[in-house]
Amino acid sequence: MSIDLQQDFFALFGLPRRFRLDEAALEMAYHDLQGRVHPDRFAHLPDSDKRRSMQWATQVNEGFRTLRKPLPRAIYLLELAGVDAGLHTNTAMSSGFLMEQMEWREAVEEARSAGESEELTQLHTRLRQHAREVFDELAQQFDEQQDYVAAAETVRRLMFMEKLQHEIDDALEALET
Amino acid sequence: MALLHIAEPGQSTEPHKHRLAVGIDLGTTNSLVATVRNGIAVCLVDEAGRAMVPSIVRYHPDGTIEVGRSAAAAHATDPRNTIMSVKRFMGRGLNDVAHVESMPYDFVDAGGMLRLRTVQGVKTPVEISAEILRVLAARAEASLGGELTGAVITVPAYFDDAQRQATKDAAKLAGLNVLRLLNEPTAAAVAYGLDNASEGVYAVYDLGGGTFDLSILKLSRGIFEVLATNGDAALGGDDFDHRLFCWVLDKAKIAPPTSEDARRLLMKAREAKELLTASEEAPIKAGLATGEQVNLSVTRDEFAQMTQHLIQKTVAPMRKVLRDAGLAPEDIKGVVMVGGATRMPHIQRAVAEFFGQEPLTNLDPDKVVALGAAIQANVLAGNRKEEDDWLLLDVIPLSLGLETMGGLTEKVVPRNSTLPIARAQEFTTFKDGQTAMAFHVVQGERELVSDCRSLARFELRGIPPMAAGAARIRVTFQVDADGLLSVSAREMSSGVAASVLVKPTYGLTDDEITGMLREGVDRASDDMHARAVREQQVEADRVIEATTHALEQDGDLLNADERAGIDAAIAELRRLVSGDDPRAIKKGIDALSRVTDEFAARRMDKSIRTALAGQKVDEIQV
Repeated sequence: MSIDLQQDFFALFGLPRRFRLDEAALEMAYHDLQGRVHPDRFAHLPDSDKRRSMQWATQVNEGFRTLRKPLPRAIYLLELAGVDAGLHTNTAMSSGFLMEQMEWREAVEEARSAGESEELTQLHTRLRQHAREVFDELAQQFDEQQDYVAAAETVRRLMFMEKLQHEIDDALEALET
Repeated sequence: MALLHIAEPGQSTEPHKHRLAVGIDLGTTNSLVATVRNGIAVCLVDEAGRAMVPSIVRYHPDGTIEVGRSAAAAHATDPRNTIMSVKRFMGRGLNDVAHVESMPYDFVDAGGMLRLRTVQGVKTPVEISAEILRVLAARAEASLGGELTGAVITVPAYFDDAQRQATKDAAKLAGLNVLRLLNEPTAAAVAYGLDNASEGVYAVYDLGGGTFDLSILKLSRGIFEVLATNGDAALGGDDFDHRLFCWVLDKAKIAPPTSEDARRLLMKAREAKELLTASEEAPIKAGLATGEQVNLSVTRDEFAQMTQHLIQKTVAPMRKVLRDAGLAPEDIKGVVMVGGATRMPHIQRAVAEFFGQEPLTNLDPDKVVALGAAIQANVLAGNRKEEDDWLLLDVIPLSLGLETMGGLTEKVVPRNSTLPIARAQEFTTFKDGQTAMAFHVVQGERELVSDCRSLARFELRGIPPMAAGAARIRVTFQVDADGLLSVSAREMSSGVAASVLVKPTYGLTDDEITGMLREGVDRASDDMHARAVREQQVEADRVIEATTHALEQDGDLLNADERAGIDAAIAELRRLVSGDDPRAIKKGIDALSRVTDEFAARRMDKSIRTALAGQKVDEIQV
């Protein structure tokens, strides 16, 4: 019996396949695995060992990167479930959500052009708070309701919000320099 | 963690055999070599007890090459052949280097990495750096009494791919087996963290002679995890010297000085800067070629004022790195100061102000990087002991991207990704029967290709001819633990691997390196053949030893046939090693490597399963 390099990341880290995740357990499993497969453990060994070590360490990093943050984790869960999240094609959103997005955007634009970094920081905090609520909703859809179609739409909403968050970051950075 | 002490793959293969390994800090101003002796990291010193070797190389007309303190003596009399701060030129074109006009060198700009014309011909920064490395390696071999198994060489965390590759090439030219390129702030964190058994999030502020790095590391349960890094690969103590030098020219109303005078005044400026660490005021006195006398004095406040903009240049990276790590200054448990330039009181003040705490300066900022590299080298060489159950997880400092239509960059690997990392992208052909394809890889954060650093152009050849759009070429960008990029490509429907031709923008090609190696061997009137044999023998011994040890540990993973195959390959390689045909030995190594491939895979699986089993036990305990 051989462990498959292509196995799913939850199995790789010995975690249940769920959206809600024990972050401490993930980190511990990540560190333990890297402690075994990292190229630094193989630097004195033949090239074939080094090559394999790099493949494994790359895969373990990819797994950790995917599971650590909620949005990539959600996208990955949809992928595992075979649900097309339509991240790039499906841009249809409820009008309520679109209205809300426009309001956020206007507020960011206003603060940016006025050079109000304090206001931008506040918007950032509020947006993060809001995202947290939406993530709670998403957790329900994944773990309790197993409603992957609804989860896919929530993921698309969260991606909009993340993009906005990045725009605020960029605006803040531009104001600093 | 104690659960993981079963069959550690990286542990010493033979407990009693200590392999000689060193850590090298190849600095802009000074270089050092260190090793672990009786469990303690120490810098190796010269007969006068000095650890630092000035990073200065002088080429003499008679073909001799002088490195270090004695070469420094000629900096003012023979500036053209006395190369200082060569690290600033590594992997750089002439246009990239600041203040070239006030440098006394005879630059050759033939595109790509800049070169310098010396009395011994045109030299690349790689060759010049190799001279420094040779001196350090010789010091180590004399001091340790044997051949080195390998070296860890430190690089600024903010070095891009071209600068890293140039450093690795220099080591290769110097005949060193590079175990790892290690980021300087990470090396410092190792020396510091292991010394203090620290846990928590730390910042390392590393201002060297020519480079500035800022890394945020999380230390927990023996893992040094770099969360984010930022910096400026062309900012350092040199710039402070240069600013003071300009101030002197201005104050003393000196017309453009001769290159000898420029060197002299620059040295005086540096001395004054160093004096200001302890005194409120420093004199700057020098006699010039014109007979003029410079007689000035600079106060600490004046110096702080004239270099304030340089300090500011380190503040923006501090903000950025914290944002990338998702942290605020108050989340930082301690700030470690590294690099001689951090002795300047106004830098310490600025850092203390930013982080709201006094920085840690209890380790010698000049030595801490070399010491950390030595600790890492010792473990990587295979001298790992049970208490060495720690691991470094480092990141790529700058995003890697591909040039797309309209000169735009498409990010492939984002900055601060933990290494090693791979990203694959699929492309297709746009012409019928197209068998080749080219990519331009750049590094940086900007959207326009022209604002990023060009790394290399990769040409894929041998794509099976198909109708336009039918070929699916999967290109994999792999960045290894040294932070170096390699590219591979495969046509997915046929499974045919494309060959990849690399044209580095600011680097040397493999052919150039081979040519330089041959030249180096000629110069030492060494026997190329004997050297090749020796290299293969060392490699063969290493492979046999590692395999034998693996068999002892995990022989039960093999059936009798497999075991016999491996034993036969070992016996054959042993026979070849006693001969003197390097190519035959190489073939024997490859053959052994092939028959042990599956064995290595099973051992890795076993190790991973043990890790997973360990976690489950942990979970139950919690």
